[in-house]
Amino acid sequence: MTHHFNPSSPVINVSRRGLLAGLGAGVFVLAVGIPGNMSARAQDSKYGAEGMPNGIRDDPKVFVAIADDGTVTVTCSRQEMGQGVRTSIALIVADELEADWARVKVTQAQADEARYGNQDTDGSRSIRHFFMPMRHCGAAARAMLEEAAAKQWGVPAAEVEAANHEIVHKSSGRRIGYGEIAKAAAELPVPQGDGIKLKDASAFRYIGKGQTKLIDGFDMTTGRAHYGIDTRLPNMVYAVVARPPVYGGKVASVDDAEALKVPGVIKVVSIEPTPVPSEFQPLGGVAVIARNTWAAIQGRSKLKITWDDGPNKAYSSDAYRTTLEEAARKPGKVVRNAGDVDGVMAKAEKKLEAEYYIPHLTQASMEPPAATVRIVDGKCEAWACVQAPQATRERLASRLGMPVEDVTVNVTLLGGGFGRKSKPDFVVEAGLLSKAMDGAPVKVTWTREDDVRHSYYHTVSVERIEAATDADGKPAAWLHRSVAPTIGSIFGPDPKHELPSELSMGLVNLPFDIPNVRIENPEAAAMTRIGWYRSVSNIPHAFAIQSFVAELAYAAGRDHKDYLLELIGPDRKIDPTTIDDSWNYGEDPKLYPLDTGRLKRVIELATEQIGWGRDLPKGRGIGLAAHYSFVTYVAVAADVEVDDQGTLTIHRMDVAVDCGPQVNPERVRAQMEGAAVMGIGNTLFGEITFKDGRVEQGNFDGYEVARIDAAPKEIHVHVVPASDFSQPLGGVGEPGVPPVAPALTNAIFAATGKRIRQLPVKQQLGV
Amino acid sequence: MAIVRVNGEERQYDGDPDMPLLWYLRDELGLTGTKFGCGEALCGACTIHVDGTAMRSCQTTIADAEGASITTIEGLSADGDHPLQVAWRELNVPQCGYCQSGQIMQAASLLKDTPEPTDEDIDSAMSGNICRCGTYPRIRAAIKQAASATKGAKL
Repeated sequence: MTHHFNPSSPVINVSRRGLLAGLGAGVFVLAVGIPGNMSARAQDSKYGAEGMPNGIRDDPKVFVAIADDGTVTVTCSRQEMGQGVRTSIALIVADELEADWARVKVTQAQADEARYGNQDTDGSRSIRHFFMPMRHCGAAARAMLEEAAAKQWGVPAAEVEAANHEIVHKSSGRRIGYGEIAKAAAELPVPQGDGIKLKDASAFRYIGKGQTKLIDGFDMTTGRAHYGIDTRLPNMVYAVVARPPVYGGKVASVDDAEALKVPGVIKVVSIEPTPVPSEFQPLGGVAVIARNTWAAIQGRSKLKITWDDGPNKAYSSDAYRTTLEEAARKPGKVVRNAGDVDGVMAKAEKKLEAEYYIPHLTQASMEPPAATVRIVDGKCEAWACVQAPQATRERLASRLGMPVEDVTVNVTLLGGGFGRKSKPDFVVEAGLLSKAMDGAPVKVTWTREDDVRHSYYHTVSVERIEAATDADGKPAAWLHRSVAPTIGSIFGPDPKHELPSELSMGLVNLPFDIPNVRIENPEAAAMTRIGWYRSVSNIPHAFAIQSFVAELAYAAGRDHKDYLLELIGPDRKIDPTTIDDSWNYGEDPKLYPLDTGRLKRVIELATEQIGWGRDLPKGRGIGLAAHYSFVTYVAVAADVEVDDQGTLTIHRMDVAVDCGPQVNPERVRAQMEGAAVMGIGNTLFGEITFKDGRVEQGNFDGYEVARIDAAPKEIHVHVVPASDFSQPLGGVGEPGVPPVAPALTNAIFAATGKRIRQLPVKQQLGV
Repeated sequence: MAIVRVNGEERQYDGDPDMPLLWYLRDELGLTGTKFGCGEALCGACTIHVDGTAMRSCQTTIADAEGASITTIEGLSADGDHPLQVAWRELNVPQCGYCQSGQIMQAASLLKDTPEPTDEDIDSAMSGNICRCGTYPRIRAAIKQAASATKGAKL
């Protein structure tokens, strides 16, 4: 069962490699086709999939291959990192193709957006954007098979029908298998427009059923699955890199004499640092290249490096928190303004204010960043666990000074991504080291300490909210100041303000029925690399807003659920542009308004299911939070207990989600379960701190994440059924995370009366 | 020269005896099913069996394993049909899948010692294995399903 990786093939594992090797003559070998019917539409819309770089493709000649034994191979152009996308994309195509799932395989696309459309796997977009294109793709392939069979039999195409991997001529009873007709079908033009007949949803066999086993399940349970760290090439060497401990720092001097004495160490190579802002390019440093990973790690530990830290040496989390708090207490850039907040505040008899602190986090995917690159005859080829293959290809090309066409990026499975692997700095390191080794294949492996100390961190923020309340305790005016260094700071001169995409993550698009609202975003200067972390700025925004609503309800002596529902107000579909949300997750505001009825429905569902209002013993409480993100609505209710020693037990969580139609409800549930667990880690343990510009944590002892004993025995996911498959799809990978922290801290308050205003909870419950 | 048995096959290694088995298995033998996650025995991704007991291969050197019999995920069953592997697939446990080799190896060791584990037994045995995707509820369910499938028989 030894895994021998085939360097000539981008495919992931032994079984799939065998399959593709068997293709050849008599195969539905599909030449590069000019993308068909979707490209025209891409011209007139800037929203959704068509608003993404390189848009979408739906050409079956790009995405579908049928071997002469009938095996259907679907090319998945979205990256698998645990969301189940390889299964979901394949089952969409298979359903429209009327294929037998047992005979469907999946292979991973290389980086090539001209061919495949946008490949950036982020923003909870894959199924939302590729459901319809992949349906068209499967349906077009089915039409081609039908037409080929009809031609062979000399009957009208209307008389034949695809059914479970065969084309059937009803009146004569003739049948032909997909494998037998595939070659003829492949020679036909791809139908366009009316030539493509999508299935009626009532005829779906796999879509919406949730009965499909994971297409990578066997490989993942037997050690065969191939991740970025698993690539093996002939004559490959192994590298680890010592990077500047402070962002923007560089090597002042290095003594590598002892490192070079370590048996197995081949070479020590300097990597030029990228000036700040370093975008997706490497931090620089000193690499040790060796015969195996262990020798490289040993060699690195013997390097004597003096670092020139640069200005970010001043970055310390304690002092930075004070800076953020001071900024939050003064007016800042106004990002939404309705009514007269100052006037109402000035006259208010009752006011409430609170400040919340949410620290840096790091993604800490179980597979640390790792990549292998070789350069042969002026062509560069990479194997890497990347969320953004095209960006990887372009950054490799620019840093190596090669044309993009000469760079190939093969995408492996990702052992978790969570936003970290959207940035290919680690792949470029491997490219530079291969160049330094005359093109020999070099695998760069990041140790856990490298990953924790050189990430693109989830922002740190102070969120301050003030409200003036009326006689019923409802807010008449709401003032929210959000202060956080921005992801924009890695791309250009630090803008010091949140990007529209960050502001639109639950900050400006506050869904409450309040007449006077002002939202401000005071300045914050970034002093480290800030990046995407699963659900991004929704985490601090949801934590502050959903905590503050619970505080308001308590101050008014009201039931939290009732209060929250009233605050959301009447059912209405809010046009996001009317509340200064210019982004709306890239979606058409007409197609995706903020629907308060759907938000209320998930709150009602989660609370009903957990038994909101039931009697609980002392030390036990139920908390609630709801949040709209990635055009999906999620509410979480949590039942927790805190004992006399301050030990927290989460007994049960109920997650209600309305993400519109569900292609694979089973994976929707899995994503919500996983988000609940990751959210528990964010709430209870997660914190990255800096001192003298350096990250203070290094491994899972310092940077704690949720373990099995922190996970509740019961996580119930309640999926709101969609009316039908014509309703727009919502995101799934990320929206489960934001409500978890405030649901838990609101539950802690219900159990103990202790209000948690800073994350993580850690020792705050201690006696 | 160290001699170890890996998945039933005798292997000799004359390199650094202090090299953790993790890197020997992955880099020298190409058994990449055993995963690197932390290098400090903090995450369990590299769990293997040494003479039948779950161990962290990142903290077990070749010298430590001299003469021992090692099983990796690739050698847990001939056809990937160990009751835990079957249950893992039945319940669609994996998300990214990266930690699951270690989870399964750890669970196999648990079931060997405790054929009918309680939730507490599972939490206690499995708390050294991190899953960042958060598949813990399904890991618990799959271990119970495998235990039930084998009717508590020793595996």
